Amino acid sequence: MARHFDVRRQWGFATVAMICFFLLYLPIATLVVFAFNAGPSLAVWEGVSLKWFVAAWNNSDVQEAAMRSFIIAIFAATIATIAATMAALATTRTAPYRGMTFKYAFINQPLMVPEIVTAVALLIIFSRIKVWTGYSGLGYLIAAHAAFCIPFAYLPIRARLENMDLTLERAAADLYATPWNAFRRVTLPLLLPGIVAGFMLAFVISLDDVVITEFVKSGGQDTLPTYMLGQLRRVVTPEMNAISTVFLAISVLIVTLFFLISRKKT
Amino acid sequence: MKRTLTAALAGLAMLAGASSAQAEGQLNIFNWGNYTSPEMIKKFEEQHKVKVTVTDYDSNDTALAKVRAGGHGFDIVVPSANFMPIWIQEGLLLESRPDQMENFKNVDERWVNVDWDPGRRYSVPWQWGLTGIIVDTSLYKGDINTSAIFLDPPPELVGKINVAPEMNDVMYATIRYMGGQWCTTDKDLLRKVRDKLVEAKPKWIAMDYGVIEKFASRDFGAAFYWNGAAMRARAQNPDVKFGFPKEGFPYFMDSAAILKDAKNVENAKLFLNFIMDPKNAAMISDFARYANGIKGSEQFMPADMKDAPELIVPKEFEAAGEFLKPCAPEVTELYTKIWTEVLK
Amino acid sequence: MASAREVAEAAERRDVRNRWLLSAPALLIIFFAAVGPLFVMLLYSFMAKGDYGDVKLWQFSSEGWFSVFLERDIFDDTLSVNDAHLAIFWRSVKLSLATTFLTLLFGFPTAYFIATRPERWRALWLFLITIPFWTNLLIRTYAMQEVIRNEGVINTSLLWLGLIDQPIQMMYTDLGILFGMTYVYLPLMVLPLYAAMDRLDFRLVEAGYDLYATRLKVLWRIIVPLVKPGIVAGSILVFIPSLGAYVTPRVLGGGKNMMIGNLIELQFGQGRNWPLGAALSLTLMAIVMVALLLYVRNASKSGARHG
Repeated sequence: MARHFDVRRQWGFATVAMICFFLLYLPIATLVVFAFNAGPSLAVWEGVSLKWFVAAWNNSDVQEAAMRSFIIAIFAATIATIAATMAALATTRTAPYRGMTFKYAFINQPLMVPEIVTAVALLIIFSRIKVWTGYSGLGYLIAAHAAFCIPFAYLPIRARLENMDLTLERAAADLYATPWNAFRRVTLPLLLPGIVAGFMLAFVISLDDVVITEFVKSGGQDTLPTYMLGQLRRVVTPEMNAISTVFLAISVLIVTLFFLISRKKT
Repeated sequence: MKRTLTAALAGLAMLAGASSAQAEGQLNIFNWGNYTSPEMIKKFEEQHKVKVTVTDYDSNDTALAKVRAGGHGFDIVVPSANFMPIWIQEGLLLESRPDQMENFKNVDERWVNVDWDPGRRYSVPWQWGLTGIIVDTSLYKGDINTSAIFLDPPPELVGKINVAPEMNDVMYATIRYMGGQWCTTDKDLLRKVRDKLVEAKPKWIAMDYGVIEKFASRDFGAAFYWNGAAMRARAQNPDVKFGFPKEGFPYFMDSAAILKDAKNVENAKLFLNFIMDPKNAAMISDFARYANGIKGSEQFMPADMKDAPELIVPKEFEAAGEFLKPCAPEVTELYTKIWTEVLK
Repeated sequence: MASAREVAEAAERRDVRNRWLLSAPALLIIFFAAVGPLFVMLLYSFMAKGDYGDVKLWQFSSEGWFSVFLERDIFDDTLSVNDAHLAIFWRSVKLSLATTFLTLLFGFPTAYFIATRPERWRALWLFLITIPFWTNLLIRTYAMQEVIRNEGVINTSLLWLGLIDQPIQMMYTDLGILFGMTYVYLPLMVLPLYAAMDRLDFRLVEAGYDLYATRLKVLWRIIVPLVKPGIVAGSILVFIPSLGAYVTPRVLGGGKNMMIGNLIELQFGQGRNWPLGAALSLTLMAIVMVALLLYVRNASKSGARHG
């Protein structure tokens, strides 16, 4: 008995994790159920119908907004993750140097300001630039999103780096690997879980943003959240649930495929 | 991965395409969310060969801040009556003279000489309504034409009342309820207003938007809210009735106007003229569920809207309603302080 | 000897320069789209407020900063500490601390659970954590309403199980806000924790058991100190954004009681007092910044001890 146990196990942790997953999916499940509601309500069930899927399918505004959210999130999260990885490499695993604390505070700054403040300030600055350059594309939204995504990507990557031991990298350097090769072959693979976690956080954060987007967007640049914000004041119908359900289905599908492919390789 | 790639390419295409967005035959409308009938837009696009883009806002202040900052690229905006004088005063609107347009004859006389745009030199009526009392009459059978429903609630409704999170509307109704006039600076009266709100707030359940489904699910028993929403709520819960507070209630009217820095002025003028056509105005009302201010549009409206009690102000209450003027800045500051104290 | 020292110093200088170059892209983006705009706000906080929003540019005034902490009573004109603002700050801090605690309570075991799965399954579990968050925040918050309503899933099942005899009012209470924020911010805790736990050295844990430590002791004395950077990162990511949260308090709290985010939003919106809004947010930022620096300094000190 004494030697026959798993050192990794902690009492009750698996149970808490399962409860956690259950609670995470509970609202999502109700959301999906009400997407099939025959009535116009999010709370009163009136029978099964696909009418809200049909409505969403015919609503090109919603589809465009959803697509736009997705594109912005992919660009912003990618830029943020790359920048954050580089910054994390520069601010860990070394004796504190002048400016390191400053960098740390600077990079985390977007977290500390309520969104509305950044939003108003960006409105003032970006609209000047829009007037000067005549460019009013999605670039502004991507830049703004990338900025507030950086700390969300930076913190998990940094946490990962701080826990990494330096032996392997030193060994690589001792074997005369160039710094780039040592990074690519040794550091990067070790760092990958942190990068994946950081990217996913950044992606989710960008998808959710309402306030900054509302102030920075130009004509015809509604994202799904700003589109929904406009609906809140008047009437919310299960059409939104239908769209979310479709998105969920697609993402579950992608994840499943991704998982199957990556399993085949190993 | 392929999806990522497609999305990335689409993104690049959008980035590239955006700079040439100001091509001919375009119209950029900046309007409240969920307020613009897609069918009406489609009809306009087909009739005039113009590509229309609708972008949403969710508050007058946001819209004003965005347009004032410049570089927005919008042609048409739809501000509320109490903001219209600010828009005009700050020189943001084009004096497009809708009063000389062909369809102006259809505008109801009542909405021509309005305080916020006398003679309609800038703007065209879009939708109008009022903030009043919504009550689920299965819970409360008494008089509902009074602000007492949310300021001195009957015991049946305590803990079931929702109040729209609109500082101006709530302040207005409370000031009138306490016997004052809008924009008053009478300290004694304002103290009573504050005390009344502080006393009433614990009896409310929420200060939220989106009341329709809450009346359907019977989470709410009463609300201080807009009449169009009351009509939608009644469709889902037949016990819902709308009351016109006799002490005083705020009207609103949103009007469409052309921006001074609009790039598509001609198309914007076509659009203003277009929405003064009764058929098209009826399409807007059918979608947004408020009255529109264009004569003759009733005959094109759906049956359930023609005689909706929420949309027709009874004669005896007509005088109680008022359009809110913008108050002087120091008055707004007073009201904001009271509001902050109530919501702390 | 001297030349060796020079070489070492040159190497160190080069290292520091490389580190600045590496962090340049992040610093630039943040400067351009987050810190730079803040200077505008700093400037605005010292301007006179415009009549209908905005500010009167280059008309200086300290009114904004003055009214962050003090207020002239509108009725008797006496000067006093602005207790409405203090109450709102305090409420926000309490709720955010509680949210951080709850996310840690649920997030730690979950992250640990994921990190101890076989390697090839971990990515899947991680995706399972994030998938709910691919649906938009507003929709998720609305879905949350369905769960915590009086006739919602939780109350209905508790009633059905006979655990309660009347529904618990969660909707439109602080409890509702707390549940909502915990739900919304959970992945922000789980992901950094996971990133730190993923490479946890279980030989140390084993050594702990060899020394006859109990499971609880192993957890508290060995695992927690080892994943401390993850806990720090997660707490920061949850605490700070929840302090400025806006959507969740509005939808689940029913908007009856403000949090800082709502108070600031009011100044830029219906309140038309941009300088006060700017000053309020800079105050918030200063408090958070000081707390963060103290926290990180302490955490890295104790981290160094263990590491």
